[in-house]
Formats: sequence, structure tokens, C-alpha cells
Amino acid sequence: MSHLTDLPPWAAALVCGLLLIGAATTFIGSLGLLRLPDFYARLHAPTIATSGGTILICLASILCFAVLQSRWVFHEVLIIFFMTVTTPVTLMLLGQATLYRDRFENRPGVPRKSRPSGSKIEE
Amino acid sequence: MRTWFPYPLLSVALLLMWLLLSQSVTPGSILLGLIVSTVLAWVTLKLKPARSRLNRWSRIAGFILRATGDVIRSNIAVTLIILRARRRAVAAGFMTLGIDLEDENALALLACVLTATPGTAWLEYDRRQKILLIHVLDIENEELWRKTIRRYAADLKEIFE
Repeated sequence: MSHLTDLPPWAAALVCGLLLIGAATTFIGSLGLLRLPDFYARLHAPTIATSGGTILICLASILCFAVLQSRWVFHEVLIIFFMTVTTPVTLMLLGQATLYRDRFENRPGVPRKSRPSGSKIEE
Repeated sequence: MRTWFPYPLLSVALLLMWLLLSQSVTPGSILLGLIVSTVLAWVTLKLKPARSRLNRWSRIAGFILRATGDVIRSNIAVTLIILRARRRAVAAGFMTLGIDLEDENALALLACVLTATPGTAWLEYDRRQKILLIHVLDIENEELWRKTIRRYAADLKEIFE
């Protein structure tokens, strides 16, 4: 967009801030993949990028184009909605697959499968 | 009415999505959106999803607000944990808790909220024993998580059942 210079200063500052914080959040989410110790902990890192990062960047986009075209722009809300609804599906699939494998291999520290109803679970 | 619009909420949501995507509210796009949403609702009928009734509309706004607040708070918390991960070991762990939800859609919504919240990941739900297994990034606050999830479950129970 070559009209970006038409943004009034307050909007430009706000859009910049949102974009920078959003990008930083996404970066930290990816950094978590490197730093966290095991697979289950790493499951948490990408959700930062998809919830925090996406929402902030989409807000910046809404604000920027709403001010530029001086009308309400809402279709970025759809991006936020679909990201929030679809990411859990992948994460749950990954989590359950790992849980299944770890139980199969009898890895220590992984909770056993709860027994079928009838027998009590002892702590 | 039911034969034409088997899923009124879904049809309205699809129509809204159509209008948002086409970014116009001219009669033409409304008509096209109506056709698309009605046809897609019929297609959904073939998939036979579990039907549930929404009872307390007033609770929904509160639920969304609380979930958003929790997502923001735990975003910040998890960011701090990751940044400090070099210096301090991460105390992550599994956690089981019993929740009493029957409705499939309510469970799906709870799973979405819990997974969208950084710091909690939904792993498994045993429907017979009603025991939920999740993984949390800071197991030190186990009681707090327990309380939060119980509250979500109670809210969803009121909305859906």
C-alpha cells in the first residue's frame, strides 16, 4: 500500500505498536519450541503465536485499513475466529498421538490409561 | 420452518460470514448469502451433528469475556515462562480432574477454550468416568487451574444443559 503515509500519526503509532508486540509474541511462541524441555511442554508454545500473535496483528490490520478507508473493516475477525477454532484440533491430535505412543512404550512419568468403569482408581 | 432451516444458528452465522467476506450489504450479496447458508445447512443435516439447545443467552457474554481475560493473562504468563526457561526449570506436569459435562458441543467448546489458552493443553477425556486429563505448563498453580476449569464447566453446563 502506497497510501500508508496518509495514516494520521496517532493511528500509525498504534498500528506500529500492535504489530511489533504481535510479532514479538509470535517470535516468543516459536522460541518456546526451542527452549521448552519435552514434547508436552512444547505443545503450549505455538498457542501463544496463534492466540496472542494473531489477535494483535489482526487488530493492527483492522485499525490500519479502517482508518485509511474511513469505514469499519471487520473481516479480519474471521481470521481470529478460524485460528482459534482450528488450532486446538491439530494440537489435540498431536497430544493424543504422543500420549498413545508413550503409553505403548511404557514411558515413565506418563499417566496410565484410566481403567474401565467398575474398578476404582487408586492415587 | 424446520425443513427450510434445520440449523437456524448455523445459517445466520454462515450468512454473517458471507457478508463479512464479500464486505457488502447490497441485496445481491444478501440473496447469495441466503442461498449459500441454506444449502450448507442442508448439507450439515446429512452429517447428523449432535444437536444441543442454548438455554441461557445472558451467560454466553460472561463466558466469552472470562475466557478472553484468561487467554490474555496466560499469554503473558507463558511468555514469561519461556523467556525465563534458561534460568529456571519449567515445572510442567499432567493433571486429572473430574468434570461433569454430557453435551458433545459443550465439551468441544471447552476443549477449544482450554487449548487456545496457552499453558493448558487438552489431552484426553474419559467419557465413562468423566475424567479429564490435561497438561499444564506451571503445575505449581494446580489449584488455580482446577478452579478455573471447574468454573468453565459450570458455565457451560448452565448454557447447554
